[in-house]
Amino acid sequence: MQRTQFHPLTWLLALVWLVITLFPFWFMVSSSFKGPMESYTRPVWALPVKPSFNNYLSVLEGGFFHYVGNSVLVVSLSVGLILILSAMAAYVFARLPYRPVKPLFGLIVAGLAVPVHVTLIPVYTLTTKLGIYDTPWALIGPYVAFSLPLSIFILTEFVRQIPRELDDAARVDGCSPARTFFSIILPLTGPGMATMGIYNTVMLWNEFVFAYTLTSSPQQRTLPLAIWEFQGQYSANVPAIMAVLTLTALPMIMAYLFGQERIIRGMMAGALKG
Amino acid sequence: MASVTVSSPAARRRRVNEYAPTAILFLAPTVILLLVFVAWPILESLRLSFTHWTGLGKSQTYVGLSNWARLLQDGVFWQALGNNLVIAGLSIAVQLPVALGLAVLLDRGGRRLRLFKLAYFMPLLVSSVAIGFLFKYIYDPNFGLLNAVLNSVGLKALAKSWLGDPALALYAVLAVICWQFIPFYMLVFQAALAAIPSELHDAATIDGASDNQFFWRITLPMLRGTIRTSAVLSLIGSLRYFDLIYVLTGGGPSGSTELMATYMYKQAFASFNFGYGSTVAVALILMVLVISGLVLLLTRRFQTEV
Repeated sequence: MQRTQFHPLTWLLALVWLVITLFPFWFMVSSSFKGPMESYTRPVWALPVKPSFNNYLSVLEGGFFHYVGNSVLVVSLSVGLILILSAMAAYVFARLPYRPVKPLFGLIVAGLAVPVHVTLIPVYTLTTKLGIYDTPWALIGPYVAFSLPLSIFILTEFVRQIPRELDDAARVDGCSPARTFFSIILPLTGPGMATMGIYNTVMLWNEFVFAYTLTSSPQQRTLPLAIWEFQGQYSANVPAIMAVLTLTALPMIMAYLFGQERIIRGMMAGALKG
Repeated sequence: MASVTVSSPAARRRRVNEYAPTAILFLAPTVILLLVFVAWPILESLRLSFTHWTGLGKSQTYVGLSNWARLLQDGVFWQALGNNLVIAGLSIAVQLPVALGLAVLLDRGGRRLRLFKLAYFMPLLVSSVAIGFLFKYIYDPNFGLLNAVLNSVGLKALAKSWLGDPALALYAVLAVICWQFIPFYMLVFQAALAAIPSELHDAATIDGASDNQFFWRITLPMLRGTIRTSAVLSLIGSLRYFDLIYVLTGGGPSGSTELMATYMYKQAFASFNFGYGSTVAVALILMVLVISGLVLLLTRRFQTEV
Protein backbone atom coordinates (compact mmCIF):
# COMPACT_ATOMS: atom_id res chain seq x y z
CA MET A 1 0.00 0.00 0.00
CA GLN A 2 1.26 3.42 -0.82
CA ARG A 3 1.71 5.71 2.19
CA THR A 4 1.44 9.34 1.48
CA GLN A 5 2.14 10.95 4.82
CA PHE A 6 3.57 9.66 8.04
CA HIS A 7 2.35 11.92 10.75
CA PRO A 8 4.56 12.77 13.77
CA LEU A 9 1.62 11.64 15.91
CA THR A 10 1.99 8.19 14.39
CA TRP A 11 5.59 8.05 15.55
CA LEU A 12 4.53 9.18 19.00
CA LEU A 13 1.86 6.47 19.30
CA ALA A 14 4.27 3.85 18.04
CA LEU A 15 6.77 4.99 20.67
CA VAL A 16 4.19 4.88 23.45
CA TRP A 17 3.40 1.24 22.74
CA LEU A 18 7.10 0.49 22.46
CA VAL A 19 7.62 1.83 25.98
CA ILE A 20 4.61 -0.13 27.28
CA THR A 21 6.00 -3.31 25.75
CA LEU A 22 9.61 -2.91 26.76
CA PHE A 23 9.37 -1.27 30.18
CA PRO A 24 8.48 -4.51 32.03
CA PHE A 25 11.33 -6.31 30.26
CA TRP A 26 13.73 -3.52 31.09
CA PHE A 27 12.63 -3.67 34.74
CA MET A 28 13.23 -7.42 34.73
CA VAL A 29 16.70 -7.27 33.20
CA SER A 30 18.00 -4.24 35.08
CA SER A 31 16.76 -5.59 38.44
CA SER A 32 18.46 -8.89 37.78
CA PHE A 33 21.87 -7.20 38.00
CA LYS A 34 21.19 -5.63 41.40
CA GLY A 35 22.31 -6.63 44.87
CA PRO A 36 19.81 -8.49 47.10
CA MET A 37 18.65 -5.45 49.12
CA GLU A 38 18.90 -2.84 46.41
CA SER A 39 15.25 -3.26 45.43
CA TYR A 40 14.27 -2.07 48.90
CA THR A 41 16.80 0.65 49.54
CA ARG A 42 16.81 2.42 46.20
CA PRO A 43 14.04 3.28 43.71
CA VAL A 44 13.08 0.14 41.81
CA TRP A 45 13.44 1.78 38.41
CA ALA A 46 16.97 2.98 39.14
CA LEU A 47 19.86 1.36 37.33
CA PRO A 48 21.90 -1.11 39.38
CA VAL A 49 24.55 0.68 41.47
CA LYS A 50 27.14 -1.99 40.86
CA PRO A 51 25.88 -4.33 38.14
CA SER A 52 26.92 -7.88 38.94
CA PHE A 53 26.34 -11.33 37.57
CA ASN A 54 26.09 -12.81 41.08
CA ASN A 55 22.40 -13.57 40.73
CA TYR A 56 22.95 -15.34 37.45
CA LEU A 57 25.82 -17.34 38.86
CA SER A 58 23.87 -18.48 41.87
CA VAL A 59 20.87 -19.44 39.72
CA LEU A 60 22.99 -21.31 37.20
CA GLU A 61 24.75 -23.18 39.98
CA GLY A 62 21.45 -23.87 41.73
CA GLY A 63 20.30 -26.62 39.37
CA PHE A 64 19.02 -24.42 36.59
CA PHE A 65 20.44 -26.71 33.92
CA HIS A 66 18.27 -29.59 35.13
CA TYR A 67 15.23 -27.62 34.08
CA VAL A 68 16.78 -26.69 30.75
CA GLY A 69 17.75 -30.31 30.13
CA ASN A 70 14.26 -31.56 30.94
CA SER A 71 12.69 -28.91 28.75
CA VAL A 72 14.97 -29.69 25.82
CA LEU A 73 14.26 -33.41 26.16
CA VAL A 74 10.49 -33.06 26.44
CA VAL A 75 10.08 -30.37 23.81
CA SER A 76 12.34 -31.92 21.19
CA LEU A 77 10.80 -35.40 21.52
CA SER A 78 7.26 -34.00 21.54
CA VAL A 79 7.79 -31.69 18.57
CA GLY A 80 9.47 -34.46 16.58
CA LEU A 81 6.53 -36.77 17.22
CA ILE A 82 3.98 -34.03 16.50
CA LEU A 83 5.57 -33.22 13.15
CA ILE A 84 5.89 -36.76 11.85
CA LEU A 85 2.49 -37.91 13.12
CA SER A 86 0.67 -34.85 11.81
CA ALA A 87 2.42 -35.04 8.43
CA MET A 88 1.35 -38.67 8.13
CA ALA A 89 -2.24 -37.85 9.08
CA ALA A 90 -2.25 -34.82 6.76
CA TYR A 91 -1.13 -37.04 3.88
CA VAL A 92 -3.98 -39.45 4.52
CA PHE A 93 -6.58 -36.68 4.68
CA ALA A 94 -5.25 -34.66 1.77
CA ARG A 95 -4.38 -37.46 -0.60
CA LEU A 96 -5.45 -41.02 0.06
CA PRO A 97 -8.79 -41.91 -1.53
CA TYR A 98 -9.98 -44.02 1.38
CA ARG A 99 -13.34 -42.67 2.44
CA PRO A 100 -13.98 -44.43 5.76
CA VAL A 101 -11.31 -42.34 7.55
CA LYS A 102 -12.41 -38.96 6.19
CA PRO A 103 -14.91 -38.19 9.01
CA LEU A 104 -11.99 -38.45 11.45
CA PHE A 105 -10.67 -35.14 10.14
CA GLY A 106 -13.62 -33.24 11.56
CA LEU A 107 -13.39 -35.11 14.85
CA ILE A 108 -9.67 -34.41 15.19
CA VAL A 109 -10.09 -30.72 14.40
CA ALA A 110 -12.89 -30.57 16.98
CA GLY A 111 -10.14 -31.39 19.49
CA LEU A 112 -9.05 -27.75 19.08
CA ALA A 113 -12.02 -26.70 21.20
CA VAL A 114 -11.17 -28.94 24.14
CA PRO A 115 -9.74 -27.06 27.13
CA VAL A 116 -6.83 -29.02 28.60
CA HIS A 117 -8.21 -28.59 32.12
CA VAL A 118 -11.05 -31.01 31.42
CA THR A 119 -8.54 -33.79 30.95
CA LEU A 120 -6.23 -32.97 33.87
CA ILE A 121 -7.72 -35.25 36.54
CA PRO A 122 -7.97 -38.39 34.34
CA VAL A 123 -4.55 -37.75 32.78
CA TYR A 124 -3.12 -37.32 36.25
CA THR A 125 -4.59 -40.61 37.49
CA LEU A 126 -3.52 -42.39 34.31
CA THR A 127 0.03 -41.08 34.69
CA THR A 128 0.16 -42.32 38.27
CA LYS A 129 -1.12 -45.75 37.23
CA LEU A 130 1.47 -46.01 34.47
CA GLY A 131 4.18 -45.26 37.00
CA ILE A 132 5.55 -42.30 35.08
CA TYR A 133 4.20 -39.61 37.41
CA ASP A 134 6.95 -37.12 38.28
CA THR A 135 9.09 -37.93 35.26
CA PRO A 136 9.52 -35.79 32.14
CA TRP A 137 8.08 -38.73 30.12
CA ALA A 138 4.66 -38.06 31.61
CA LEU A 139 4.46 -34.81 29.64
CA ILE A 140 5.08 -36.15 26.17
CA GLY A 141 1.75 -37.95 25.65
CA PRO A 142 -0.48 -34.98 26.57
CA TYR A 143 1.81 -32.52 24.77
CA VAL A 144 1.70 -34.47 21.52
CA ALA A 145 -2.02 -35.24 21.74
CA PHE A 146 -3.04 -31.64 22.39
CA SER A 147 -0.81 -30.26 19.64
CA LEU A 148 -1.96 -32.69 16.96
CA PRO A 149 -5.33 -31.15 16.01
CA LEU A 150 -3.94 -27.78 14.94
CA SER A 151 -0.86 -29.28 13.31
CA ILE A 152 -2.93 -31.78 11.34
CA PHE A 153 -5.38 -29.08 10.31
CA ILE A 154 -2.66 -26.80 8.98
CA LEU A 155 -0.49 -29.47 7.40
CA THR A 156 -3.49 -30.97 5.61
CA GLU A 157 -4.06 -27.60 3.95
CA PHE A 158 -0.38 -27.53 3.15
CA VAL A 159 -0.25 -31.00 1.56
CA ARG A 160 -3.31 -30.11 -0.54
CA GLN A 161 -1.25 -27.35 -2.17
CA ILE A 162 1.43 -29.78 -3.35
CA PRO A 163 0.80 -30.54 -7.06
CA ARG A 164 -0.94 -33.90 -7.44
CA GLU A 165 1.06 -34.66 -10.58
CA LEU A 166 4.00 -35.49 -8.33
CA ASP A 167 2.26 -38.34 -6.53
CA ASP A 168 0.68 -39.52 -9.75
CA ALA A 169 4.11 -39.73 -11.33
CA ALA A 170 5.41 -41.61 -8.30
CA ARG A 171 2.51 -44.06 -8.49
CA VAL A 172 3.09 -44.67 -12.17
CA ASP A 173 6.70 -45.42 -11.30
CA GLY A 174 5.46 -48.04 -8.89
CA CYS A 175 5.79 -46.24 -5.54
CA SER A 176 3.56 -47.56 -2.78
CA PRO A 177 1.44 -44.92 -0.97
CA ALA A 178 3.77 -45.09 2.02
CA ARG A 179 6.86 -44.70 -0.14
CA THR A 180 5.24 -41.77 -1.96
CA PHE A 181 4.75 -40.10 1.39
CA PHE A 182 8.31 -40.56 2.57
CA SER A 183 10.07 -39.71 -0.68
CA ILE A 184 7.78 -37.12 -2.29
CA ILE A 185 5.32 -35.55 0.15
CA LEU A 186 7.39 -35.39 3.32
CA PRO A 187 10.32 -33.45 1.78
CA LEU A 188 7.92 -31.02 0.12
CA THR A 189 6.06 -30.43 3.40
CA GLY A 190 9.24 -28.97 4.89
CA PRO A 191 8.16 -25.32 5.05
CA GLY A 192 4.81 -26.25 6.60
CA MET A 193 6.54 -28.44 9.14
CA ALA A 194 8.99 -25.64 9.93
CA THR A 195 6.06 -23.35 10.71
CA MET A 196 4.37 -25.92 12.91
CA GLY A 197 7.69 -26.83 14.49
CA ILE A 198 8.27 -23.24 15.57
CA TYR A 199 4.73 -22.81 16.82
CA ASN A 200 4.72 -26.02 18.84
CA THR A 201 8.21 -25.44 20.22
CA VAL A 202 7.30 -22.02 21.61
CA MET A 203 4.00 -23.30 23.00
CA LEU A 204 5.45 -26.39 24.68
CA TRP A 205 8.60 -24.63 25.91
CA ASN A 206 6.29 -22.34 27.87
CA GLU A 207 3.68 -24.94 28.85
CA PHE A 208 2.67 -24.86 32.48
CA VAL A 209 -0.47 -26.76 33.52
CA PHE A 210 0.52 -30.30 32.59
CA ALA A 211 4.08 -29.78 33.78
CA TYR A 212 2.82 -28.45 37.11
CA THR A 213 0.32 -31.29 37.56
CA LEU A 214 2.29 -34.27 36.30
CA THR A 215 5.65 -33.59 37.93
CA SER A 216 6.51 -32.58 41.47
CA SER A 217 10.21 -32.76 42.24
CA PRO A 218 12.64 -30.07 41.05
CA GLN A 219 14.84 -32.68 39.35
CA GLN A 220 12.03 -33.68 37.03
CA ARG A 221 10.50 -30.33 36.21
CA THR A 222 10.67 -28.19 33.08
CA LEU A 223 11.76 -24.61 32.68
CA PRO A 224 8.48 -22.74 33.34
CA LEU A 225 8.45 -24.38 36.77
CA ALA A 226 12.01 -23.33 37.55
CA ILE A 227 10.59 -19.92 38.45
CA TRP A 228 8.21 -21.63 40.83
CA GLU A 229 10.95 -23.52 42.62
CA PHE A 230 13.45 -20.68 42.75
CA GLN A 231 10.80 -18.35 44.09
CA GLY A 232 10.49 -20.51 47.17
CA GLN A 233 14.24 -20.52 47.56
CA TYR A 234 14.86 -16.81 47.08
CA SER A 235 11.56 -15.60 48.56
CA ALA A 236 12.49 -11.97 49.24
CA ASN A 237 15.48 -11.67 46.95
CA VAL A 238 13.72 -9.93 44.06
CA PRO A 239 16.85 -9.43 41.91
CA ALA A 240 17.60 -13.16 42.02
CA ILE A 241 14.06 -13.98 40.91
CA MET A 242 14.39 -11.47 38.10
CA ALA A 243 17.57 -13.28 37.02
CA VAL A 244 15.58 -16.55 36.90
CA LEU A 245 12.87 -14.86 34.83
CA THR A 246 15.44 -13.43 32.44
CA LEU A 247 17.14 -16.78 32.06
CA THR A 248 13.90 -18.61 31.34
CA ALA A 249 12.86 -16.06 28.72
CA LEU A 250 16.31 -15.93 27.14
CA PRO A 251 16.30 -19.04 24.91
CA MET A 252 13.19 -17.99 23.01
CA ILE A 253 14.30 -14.37 22.75
CA MET A 254 17.69 -15.49 21.42
CA ALA A 255 16.05 -17.74 18.85
CA TYR A 256 13.86 -14.80 17.90
CA LEU A 257 16.86 -12.57 17.28
CA PHE A 258 18.03 -15.04 14.65
CA GLY A 259 14.80 -15.84 12.87
CA GLN A 260 12.40 -12.99 13.57
CA GLU A 261 10.10 -13.11 10.55
CA ARG A 262 10.06 -16.89 10.54
CA ILE A 263 9.11 -17.08 14.18
CA ILE A 264 6.44 -14.44 13.78
CA ARG A 265 4.98 -16.37 10.86
CA GLY A 266 5.14 -19.60 12.82
CA MET A 267 3.41 -18.11 15.83
CA MET A 268 0.66 -16.67 13.68
CA ALA A 269 -0.11 -20.07 12.17
CA GLY A 270 -2.72 -20.71 14.81
CA ALA A 271 -4.68 -17.59 13.95
CA LEU A 272 -4.42 -17.45 10.22
CA LYS A 273 -6.43 -20.60 9.79
CA GLY A 274 -9.19 -19.55 12.16
CA MET B 1 -18.88 -41.27 -3.55
CA ALA B 2 -19.16 -38.12 -5.58
CA SER B 3 -15.77 -38.19 -7.21
CA VAL B 4 -15.75 -38.40 -10.98
CA THR B 5 -13.81 -41.38 -12.23
CA VAL B 6 -14.25 -43.43 -15.34
CA SER B 7 -13.32 -46.76 -13.80
CA SER B 8 -16.00 -49.28 -12.94
CA PRO B 9 -17.20 -49.45 -9.32
CA ALA B 10 -15.45 -52.76 -8.84
CA ALA B 11 -12.12 -51.46 -10.13
CA ARG B 12 -12.51 -48.36 -8.04
CA ARG B 13 -13.17 -50.35 -4.92
CA ARG B 14 -10.10 -52.41 -5.54
CA ARG B 15 -7.97 -49.32 -6.06
CA VAL B 16 -9.47 -47.67 -3.00
CA ASN B 17 -8.83 -50.71 -0.87
CA GLU B 18 -5.17 -50.74 -1.71
CA TYR B 19 -4.87 -47.46 0.20
CA ALA B 20 -6.62 -48.75 3.28
CA PRO B 21 -3.61 -50.29 5.06
CA THR B 22 -1.51 -47.14 4.63
CA ALA B 23 -4.36 -44.85 5.70
CA ILE B 24 -5.11 -46.90 8.79
CA LEU B 25 -1.47 -47.34 9.73
CA PHE B 26 -0.70 -43.64 9.27
CA LEU B 27 -3.66 -42.53 11.35
CA ALA B 28 -3.41 -45.15 14.08
CA PRO B 29 -0.89 -43.40 16.35
CA THR B 30 -2.77 -40.10 16.12
CA VAL B 31 -6.11 -41.72 16.85
CA ILE B 32 -4.71 -43.70 19.77
CA LEU B 33 -3.09 -40.63 21.33
CA LEU B 34 -6.25 -38.57 20.96
CA LEU B 35 -8.38 -41.34 22.40
CA VAL B 36 -6.10 -41.81 25.40
CA PHE B 37 -5.33 -38.18 26.22
CA VAL B 38 -8.38 -36.30 24.96
CA ALA B 39 -11.48 -38.43 24.37
CA TRP B 40 -11.20 -40.87 27.26
CA PRO B 41 -10.34 -38.15 29.81
CA ILE B 42 -13.44 -36.20 28.84
CA LEU B 43 -15.68 -39.23 29.37
CA GLU B 44 -13.80 -40.15 32.54
CA SER B 45 -14.30 -36.61 33.87
CA LEU B 46 -17.99 -36.94 33.13
CA ARG B 47 -18.09 -40.21 35.06
CA LEU B 48 -16.11 -38.78 37.97
CA SER B 49 -18.48 -35.84 38.13
CA PHE B 50 -21.03 -38.26 39.60
CA THR B 51 -18.70 -39.51 42.33
CA HIS B 52 -17.07 -38.50 45.56
CA TRP B 53 -13.39 -39.21 45.37
CA THR B 54 -10.35 -37.79 47.13
CA GLY B 55 -8.06 -38.91 44.31
CA LEU B 56 -6.27 -41.25 46.67
CA GLY B 57 -7.08 -44.94 46.73
CA LYS B 58 -10.06 -46.61 45.21
CA SER B 59 -12.82 -45.19 47.35
CA GLN B 60 -14.95 -43.70 44.60
CA THR B 61 -18.56 -43.57 45.63
CA TYR B 62 -21.33 -42.74 43.22
CA VAL B 63 -23.41 -39.89 44.51
CA GLY B 64 -25.70 -39.33 41.55
CA LEU B 65 -26.34 -35.71 40.77
CA SER B 66 -25.26 -34.31 44.11
CA ASN B 67 -22.08 -32.70 42.72
CA TRP B 68 -24.15 -31.07 40.01
CA ALA B 69 -26.69 -29.84 42.53
CA ARG B 70 -23.82 -28.40 44.55
CA LEU B 71 -22.45 -26.71 41.42
CA LEU B 72 -25.76 -24.96 40.77
CA GLN B 73 -25.69 -23.47 44.26
CA ASP B 74 -21.96 -22.79 44.39
CA GLY B 75 -21.50 -19.05 44.51
CA VAL B 76 -17.77 -19.32 43.78
CA PHE B 77 -18.42 -21.24 40.58
CA TRP B 78 -20.88 -18.65 39.32
CA GLN B 79 -18.51 -15.88 40.29
CA ALA B 80 -15.77 -17.69 38.34
CA LEU B 81 -18.02 -18.05 35.32
CA GLY B 82 -18.90 -14.36 35.60
CA ASN B 83 -15.21 -13.44 35.79
CA ASN B 84 -14.54 -15.55 32.70
CA LEU B 85 -17.25 -13.69 30.83
CA VAL B 86 -16.05 -10.27 32.05
CA ILE B 87 -12.53 -11.11 30.92
CA ALA B 88 -13.83 -12.38 27.58
CA GLY B 89 -15.95 -9.28 26.98
CA LEU B 90 -13.34 -6.77 28.07
CA SER B 91 -10.58 -8.63 26.24
CA ILE B 92 -12.47 -8.23 23.01
CA ALA B 93 -13.48 -4.64 23.75
CA VAL B 94 -9.95 -3.53 24.67
CA GLN B 95 -7.58 -5.81 22.77
CA LEU B 96 -9.14 -5.70 19.34
CA PRO B 97 -9.42 -1.89 18.93
CA VAL B 98 -5.92 -1.27 20.30
CA ALA B 99 -4.53 -4.07 18.14
CA LEU B 100 -6.27 -2.69 15.10
CA GLY B 101 -4.92 0.79 15.80
CA LEU B 102 -1.39 -0.55 16.11
CA ALA B 103 -1.80 -2.63 12.97
CA VAL B 104 -2.84 0.48 11.04
CA LEU B 105 0.24 2.26 12.46
CA LEU B 106 2.50 -0.57 11.37
CA ASP B 107 0.83 -0.74 7.99
CA ARG B 108 1.30 2.98 7.37
CA GLY B 109 4.83 2.93 8.72
CA GLY B 110 5.87 0.01 6.56
CA ARG B 111 9.58 -0.69 6.75
CA ARG B 112 10.24 2.36 8.90
CA LEU B 113 8.53 0.60 11.82
CA ARG B 114 10.06 -2.83 11.29
CA LEU B 115 12.08 -2.71 14.50
CA PHE B 116 9.02 -1.55 16.41
CA LYS B 117 7.08 -4.52 15.14
CA LEU B 118 9.83 -6.90 16.17
CA ALA B 119 9.84 -5.44 19.68
CA TYR B 120 6.04 -5.46 19.98
CA PHE B 121 6.04 -9.18 19.37
CA MET B 122 8.25 -10.05 22.33
CA PRO B 123 5.60 -10.74 25.01
CA LEU B 124 4.32 -13.62 22.89
CA LEU B 125 7.60 -15.48 23.31
CA VAL B 126 7.60 -15.44 27.09
CA SER B 127 5.68 -17.98 29.16
CA SER B 128 2.58 -16.82 30.98
CA VAL B 129 4.21 -18.04 34.18
CA ALA B 130 7.20 -15.74 33.73
CA ILE B 131 4.91 -12.86 32.80
CA GLY B 132 2.80 -13.60 35.86
CA PHE B 133 5.77 -13.44 38.22
CA LEU B 134 7.14 -10.33 36.52
CA PHE B 135 3.89 -8.45 36.93
CA LYS B 136 3.49 -9.65 40.47
CA TYR B 137 6.59 -7.58 41.23
CA ILE B 138 5.42 -4.72 39.07
CA TYR B 139 2.12 -4.60 40.96
CA ASP B 140 3.62 -5.12 44.42
CA PRO B 141 2.07 -2.44 46.66
CA ASN B 142 5.27 -1.59 48.54
CA PHE B 143 8.19 -2.36 46.28
CA GLY B 144 6.48 -2.60 42.91
CA LEU B 145 7.49 -0.70 39.81
CA LEU B 146 4.04 0.71 39.11
CA ASN B 147 3.50 2.38 42.49
CA ALA B 148 7.09 3.60 42.55
CA VAL B 149 6.56 5.32 39.22
CA LEU B 150 3.24 6.80 40.33
CA ASN B 151 4.80 8.11 43.55
CA SER B 152 7.73 9.65 41.77
CA VAL B 153 5.58 11.61 39.33
CA GLY B 154 3.44 12.97 42.16
CA LEU B 155 0.45 10.68 41.65
CA LYS B 156 0.78 9.04 45.04
CA ALA B 157 -2.99 9.08 45.37
CA LEU B 158 -3.25 6.67 42.46
CA ALA B 159 -0.89 4.12 43.97
CA LYS B 160 -2.94 1.10 44.95
CA SER B 161 -2.72 -2.42 46.19
CA TRP B 162 -3.41 -3.56 42.67
CA LEU B 163 -3.77 -7.27 43.23
CA GLY B 164 -4.88 -7.04 46.86
CA ASP B 165 -8.04 -5.05 46.32
CA PRO B 166 -10.96 -7.26 45.22
CA ALA B 167 -12.44 -4.36 43.28
CA LEU B 168 -9.24 -3.82 41.28
CA ALA B 169 -7.59 -7.21 40.96
CA LEU B 170 -9.57 -8.46 37.97
CA TYR B 171 -8.78 -5.30 36.00
CA ALA B 172 -5.13 -5.41 36.98
CA VAL B 173 -5.00 -8.97 35.66
CA LEU B 174 -6.86 -7.94 32.54
CA ALA B 175 -4.25 -5.26 31.85
CA VAL B 176 -1.55 -7.93 31.85
CA ILE B 177 -3.64 -10.12 29.53
CA CYS B 178 -3.95 -7.16 27.15
CA TRP B 179 -0.23 -6.47 27.33
CA GLN B 180 0.46 -10.09 26.50
CA PHE B 181 -2.03 -10.67 23.69
CA ILE B 182 -2.53 -7.35 21.91
CA PRO B 183 0.61 -8.02 19.81
CA PHE B 184 -0.94 -11.24 18.58
CA TYR B 185 -4.10 -9.61 17.27
CA MET B 186 -2.04 -6.69 16.00
CA LEU B 187 -0.14 -9.06 13.72
CA VAL B 188 -3.33 -10.81 12.64
CA PHE B 189 -4.77 -7.44 11.60
CA GLN B 190 -1.55 -6.34 10.02
CA ALA B 191 -1.52 -9.43 7.80
CA ALA B 192 -5.10 -8.67 6.80
CA LEU B 193 -4.28 -5.02 6.05
CA ALA B 194 -1.33 -6.02 3.91
CA ALA B 195 -3.69 -8.16 1.85
CA ILE B 196 -5.89 -5.21 0.87
CA PRO B 197 -4.85 -4.26 -2.69
CA SER B 198 -3.21 -0.83 -2.87
CA GLU B 199 -5.22 -0.04 -6.02
CA LEU B 200 -8.22 0.38 -3.77
CA HIS B 201 -6.48 3.12 -1.86
CA ASP B 202 -5.31 4.80 -5.05
CA ALA B 203 -8.77 4.66 -6.57
CA ALA B 204 -10.38 6.07 -3.43
CA THR B 205 -7.82 8.87 -3.26
CA ILE B 206 -8.52 9.81 -6.87
CA ASP B 207 -12.21 9.89 -6.02
CA GLY B 208 -11.35 12.38 -3.29
CA ALA B 209 -11.61 10.15 -0.22
CA SER B 210 -9.52 11.14 2.79
CA ASP B 211 -7.45 8.55 4.64
CA ASN B 212 -10.03 8.60 7.40
CA GLN B 213 -12.92 7.99 5.06
CA PHE B 214 -10.97 5.21 3.44
CA PHE B 215 -10.40 3.56 6.79
CA TRP B 216 -14.02 3.69 7.95
CA ARG B 217 -15.69 2.98 4.60
CA ILE B 218 -13.31 0.53 2.96
CA THR B 219 -10.69 -0.91 5.30
CA LEU B 220 -12.92 -1.65 8.26
CA PRO B 221 -15.65 -3.40 6.26
CA MET B 222 -12.97 -5.43 4.50
CA LEU B 223 -11.59 -6.55 7.85
CA ARG B 224 -14.96 -7.81 9.07
CA GLY B 225 -13.98 -11.45 8.70
CA THR B 226 -10.66 -10.97 10.49
CA ILE B 227 -12.29 -9.07 13.32
CA ARG B 228 -14.82 -11.84 13.74
CA THR B 229 -12.13 -14.53 13.76
CA SER B 230 -10.12 -12.58 16.32
CA ALA B 231 -13.15 -12.09 18.52
CA VAL B 232 -13.85 -15.82 18.44
CA LEU B 233 -10.22 -16.67 19.25
CA SER B 234 -10.20 -14.17 22.08
CA LEU B 235 -13.51 -15.43 23.47
CA ILE B 236 -12.54 -19.08 23.40
CA GLY B 237 -9.08 -18.26 24.76
CA SER B 238 -10.63 -16.36 27.66
CA LEU B 239 -12.72 -19.32 28.76
CA ARG B 240 -9.64 -21.47 29.26
CA TYR B 241 -7.48 -18.86 30.91
CA PHE B 242 -5.36 -20.27 33.70
CA ASP B 243 -1.56 -19.85 33.93
CA LEU B 244 -1.31 -16.12 34.36
CA ILE B 245 -4.08 -15.83 36.95
CA TYR B 246 -2.89 -18.85 38.87
CA VAL B 247 0.51 -17.19 39.28
CA LEU B 248 -0.63 -13.59 39.75
CA THR B 249 -3.48 -13.96 42.21
CA GLY B 250 -4.33 -17.64 42.57
CA GLY B 251 -7.93 -16.58 42.07
CA GLY B 252 -7.99 -14.18 45.03
CA PRO B 253 -8.48 -11.89 46.79
CA SER B 254 -11.73 -13.48 47.98
CA GLY B 255 -12.53 -15.06 44.63
CA SER B 256 -12.45 -11.77 42.73
CA THR B 257 -10.22 -13.22 40.01
CA GLU B 258 -11.33 -16.84 40.25
CA LEU B 259 -11.88 -18.46 36.86
CA MET B 260 -13.52 -21.77 36.05
CA ALA B 261 -10.15 -23.34 35.28
CA THR B 262 -8.44 -22.10 38.46
CA TYR B 263 -11.42 -23.15 40.56
CA MET B 264 -11.43 -26.61 39.00
CA TYR B 265 -7.70 -26.94 39.60
CA LYS B 266 -7.95 -25.93 43.24
CA GLN B 267 -10.90 -28.20 43.92
CA ALA B 268 -9.04 -31.18 42.47
CA PHE B 269 -5.41 -30.66 43.35
CA ALA B 270 -5.52 -28.46 46.44
CA SER B 271 -8.71 -29.65 48.19
CA PHE B 272 -8.57 -33.17 46.73
CA ASN B 273 -12.18 -33.14 45.65
CA PHE B 274 -11.58 -35.04 42.44
CA GLY B 275 -15.30 -35.70 42.07
CA TYR B 276 -16.43 -32.12 42.41
CA GLY B 277 -13.37 -30.87 40.51
CA SER B 278 -14.45 -33.07 37.60
CA THR B 279 -17.92 -31.57 37.79
CA VAL B 280 -16.43 -28.09 37.42
CA ALA B 281 -14.24 -29.37 34.56
CA VAL B 282 -17.21 -30.80 32.70
CA ALA B 283 -19.11 -27.56 33.28
CA LEU B 284 -16.13 -25.73 31.76
CA ILE B 285 -16.16 -27.81 28.59
CA LEU B 286 -19.96 -27.46 28.38
CA MET B 287 -19.56 -23.68 28.52
CA VAL B 288 -16.91 -23.79 25.81
CA LEU B 289 -19.15 -25.95 23.63
CA VAL B 290 -22.24 -23.81 24.15
CA ILE B 291 -20.40 -20.57 23.52
CA SER B 292 -18.44 -21.88 20.52
CA GLY B 293 -21.67 -23.30 19.13
CA LEU B 294 -23.47 -19.99 19.58
CA VAL B 295 -20.65 -18.08 17.96
CA LEU B 296 -20.48 -20.48 15.04
CA LEU B 297 -24.23 -20.21 14.62
CA LEU B 298 -24.10 -16.43 14.68
CA THR B 299 -21.15 -16.01 12.37
CA ARG B 300 -21.46 -19.26 10.41
CA ARG B 301 -18.40 -18.91 8.25
CA PHE B 302 -15.53 -17.81 10.39
CA GLN B 303 -12.91 -20.13 8.98
CA THR B 304 -10.00 -18.92 6.87
CA GLU B 305 -11.36 -15.49 6.24
CA VAL B 306 -8.13 -13.77 7.20
